[in-house]
Amino acid sequence: MEASRDYFAAVREEKNYQKAIELVPYAKLLGISFSESEKEGLLFHLPFDQKNIGNTMLPAIHGGVIAGFMENAAVIHLMWAMESVSMPKIIDFNIDYTLSGRPEDTYASCNIVKLGKRIANVQIEAWQSNRDKVIAVARSHFKLIIE
Amino acid sequence: MTEKITDIGSRKYLIDDPQMMEMMVDGFFGNIPHASTLGIEFVSIERSKSCLKIPYKKELVGNPESGTIHGGVILSIMDSVGGMAVFAALPAIEAIATLDLRVDYMKPAAIGKAVYASAECYKLTNTIAFVRGVAYQNDENDPVATCAATFMRGSSHAVAITAESK
Repeated sequence: MEASRDYFAAVREEKNYQKAIELVPYAKLLGISFSESEKEGLLFHLPFDQKNIGNTMLPAIHGGVIAGFMENAAVIHLMWAMESVSMPKIIDFNIDYTLSGRPEDTYASCNIVKLGKRIANVQIEAWQSNRDKVIAVARSHFKLIIE
Repeated sequence: MTEKITDIGSRKYLIDDPQMMEMMVDGFFGNIPHASTLGIEFVSIERSKSCLKIPYKKELVGNPESGTIHGGVILSIMDSVGGMAVFAALPAIEAIATLDLRVDYMKPAAIGKAVYASAECYKLTNTIAFVRGVAYQNDENDPVATCAATFMRGSSHAVAITAESK
């Protein structure tokens, strides 16, 4: 347990984004990656994958995949922003779908609205080829673990 | 055009037709790639209600320290079971789309055990279906998570066309 925390701290220190994803099996299963730029901060990327389809007739990415991708983004974003190396625990997740997820790459970015001592509130936006056309917005509360 | 009836008392349900029911469970549900990726299994369906289950898999873990499954997995099964509850309430086949979904997490799912999710479409209007759901392991009254969602009806003509061409 301690070993995995030290490992995460090291991964964050060396900005090894791929290793951070590999720590979370579900993030790895969805195929998430992320990068960091000074201008935009953390940018999360969900490459298109046939196995993430939820509607074969449209076709469209499963709403649960989009939500799961955004939840993963929020958790990683918080862990990257905080000093703590403990994983925040999700309390609730509220998503509004504004467009169906077409079979192409999806992106997400997060905004920490409030970082309290015990609770964090995070807003997440997801989009595809056009940054101005948001396909889903979500907000989520997390319980922070005090060490 | 798809027939839209909202009178709960005497109206018909598409799942009352055994052929439709079979098409939904085998054809429709079995053809969702993401459901297979997660390993979602069908449990039951009745008028306005549905139940699905997801066996524990290491690939679904969200917290490597505790080994509990990811909250995102619960979101997926809730969206799926909610959508199925809407189909179980519809008078005829039509496309639906999730408008919004809220999940409250009561406690982490116990490691190594399947998670069940059941949902009920408790109100159907001409345009919207209202759904509530619960995820649990042993006892529905001791939930892992609860959910509230709304779905839009008649969101695409793709399904209606497929059904009519049969």
